[in-house]
Amino acid sequence: MNVKTPNSFRTGPDENGLFGIYGGRFVAETLMPLILELEQAYKDAKADRSFQAELDDFLEHYVGRPSPLYFAERMTEHLGGAKIYFKRDELNHTGAHKINNVMGQILLARRMGKKRIIAETGAGQHGVATATACARFGLECIVYMGEVDMERQKPNVFRMKLLGAKVVPAKSGSRTLKDALNEALRDWVANVEDTFYCIGTVAGPHPYPEMVRDFQSVIGRETKEQMLKREGRLPDSLVAAIGGGSNAMGLFHPFLDDKEVEIIGVEAAGLGLRTKTKHAASIAGGRPGVLHGNRTYLLMDDDGQIIEGHSISAGLDYPGIGPEHAWLHDMKRVEYVSATDKEALEAFQLCCRLEGIIPALEPSHALAHVMKIAPQRPKDHLMVMNMCGRGDKDIFTVAEILGAKL
Amino acid sequence: MTTRIDRRFAALKQEGRAALVTFVTAGDPDYETSLKIITGLPKAGADVIEIGMPFTDPMADGPAIQAAGLRALAAGQTMKKTLKLIKEFRKADQDTPIVLMGYYNPIYVYGVPKFLKDAKAAGADGFIIVDLPPEEDGEFCIPALEAGMNFIRLATPTTDDHRAPTVFRNTSGFVYYVSVLGITGTKAPDLKSVKANVNRLRKHTPLPICVGFGVKSAEQARAIAKDADGVVVGSALVSAVEKSLTKAGKPTSKTAKAVHALVAEIAQGVRS
Repeated sequence: MNVKTPNSFRTGPDENGLFGIYGGRFVAETLMPLILELEQAYKDAKADRSFQAELDDFLEHYVGRPSPLYFAERMTEHLGGAKIYFKRDELNHTGAHKINNVMGQILLARRMGKKRIIAETGAGQHGVATATACARFGLECIVYMGEVDMERQKPNVFRMKLLGAKVVPAKSGSRTLKDALNEALRDWVANVEDTFYCIGTVAGPHPYPEMVRDFQSVIGRETKEQMLKREGRLPDSLVAAIGGGSNAMGLFHPFLDDKEVEIIGVEAAGLGLRTKTKHAASIAGGRPGVLHGNRTYLLMDDDGQIIEGHSISAGLDYPGIGPEHAWLHDMKRVEYVSATDKEALEAFQLCCRLEGIIPALEPSHALAHVMKIAPQRPKDHLMVMNMCGRGDKDIFTVAEILGAKL
Repeated sequence: MTTRIDRRFAALKQEGRAALVTFVTAGDPDYETSLKIITGLPKAGADVIEIGMPFTDPMADGPAIQAAGLRALAAGQTMKKTLKLIKEFRKADQDTPIVLMGYYNPIYVYGVPKFLKDAKAAGADGFIIVDLPPEEDGEFCIPALEAGMNFIRLATPTTDDHRAPTVFRNTSGFVYYVSVLGITGTKAPDLKSVKANVNRLRKHTPLPICVGFGVKSAEQARAIAKDADGVVVGSALVSAVEKSLTKAGKPTSKTAKAVHALVAEIAQGVRS
């Protein structure tokens, strides 16, 4: 593809919600007025200093930000190359980066006078974060979750219930994250008057990809500041795992115009890209299509039917990717690679033993790539990996694979 | 230029009655049975036929139509086969308008220019593409209009007077008024609000207005036909297919008959 490099990679999307050809507003007419209303409400909130101040206050005192930028000394020694830092978003309240976005959206929902919150969830982290914020503000919360995922992520289902949310199983199609998204959209179409749809990743119709990115960008802004303070310069590379891509976009976005910073997104290769259908790498194994309100890279067959993704991690097995990632891939600003279930599992175990950190299976994919490339980089190479979630929720999955009885 | 859709609505206006618009999913429960169902629709009383193009993720549809799409896909239905179905139908019927209804991704993957060319050659007349609002008209709506085909848009209870001009700007053929907030086939339409909304929308468009989502009986059809130019029945027909199947999901000798009987019953409602 012959593309002209833009002056800035940080100006998107355009007024139609497009990043190049990706993004847009591919939704049923019933939702269009709501999406336009949301776009306006978000624009107003963004321009209102008191909104940002309120959000910052909750991020500091409720979520626990800033999250540390931690030098992973033993991992660095073990790999023998680049100096590895973890951005520790797993230390946030609720155990993952998802809460950053949820706090922003829930404050926006309150501003808009919406009393009923719906959300979709895959691994359950976004669902737990949404249930948490709804409990904090006394809002009704309904979380859609694929039936298969509810089985895989039982502890999170129970956490959501404890927090007062109603968890509704998505029983159609493949009964995973994409179907939970379909169900949430169906709910929204039926309850347009009072309902706010809190999307968990940088996908969906405009303005969601932009809005979720903005709320998650706190990760990258902090990282920049912390690295400058610690090392006196920017990192040389950033690595983050990608399902829909919200933690990655949050880390990457503030660095997109720092051309010397190498940026790498790691998709889930499941049982291997060669299996064609047993992975969740939308960029490596998919092509452009339209689903869930936006155009982006999707896993599908030759007739345009969506193929369910597979990954050991329920948070990564979405058959699409955020539209801004699709654009950054085409523009070659971000390199997209993948790691298999097996590689992620090895990284997971290594991290437990070397750093005393049980990572979620999602960032274990990013760590698996760090393990591949760090040894080849010089010792003064500064590499930041986004530790976007903790692994408590995954111990049952891992135990089963390792043959341990709990 | 007039299309089959324009001609059919003009003829019905002459007759002084509303149209019965029937929706079935292409390839449900399999290609052969689906062909039998569709070819028998005009005789049963259908004035316009909507054919659903199956999609794995039909986010605006309720359980009945979702299940129909998955049955069709499981039986091997593809976009090419859906067009072939229309071609077969056209051998015996040159007059009944056919509207293809579905989601954008399979069309996008097929390729818009090629799809328009093939659909027109097969004998389709118009399209309802659920996830293409006016904001995305450049994708498919404008090319379809340029190809001399109709692009039928859904108007909903959220289509207020401010929004309506945008929605109708590039709409042709007819307007499909979605009578309830929600997905297909789940709630019954509130007849009072249908009347008020149809009359309100008439101020914005000269096109015929058909009303659907949740119409299941001849009674409802009769009531709606008083105020609207057409009544759309979909989920009820698709459910009739489902109920006629064997436990293993195979069609029976009753499958096509069940659909045609229900169409005939509702047609009575529309015509009385």
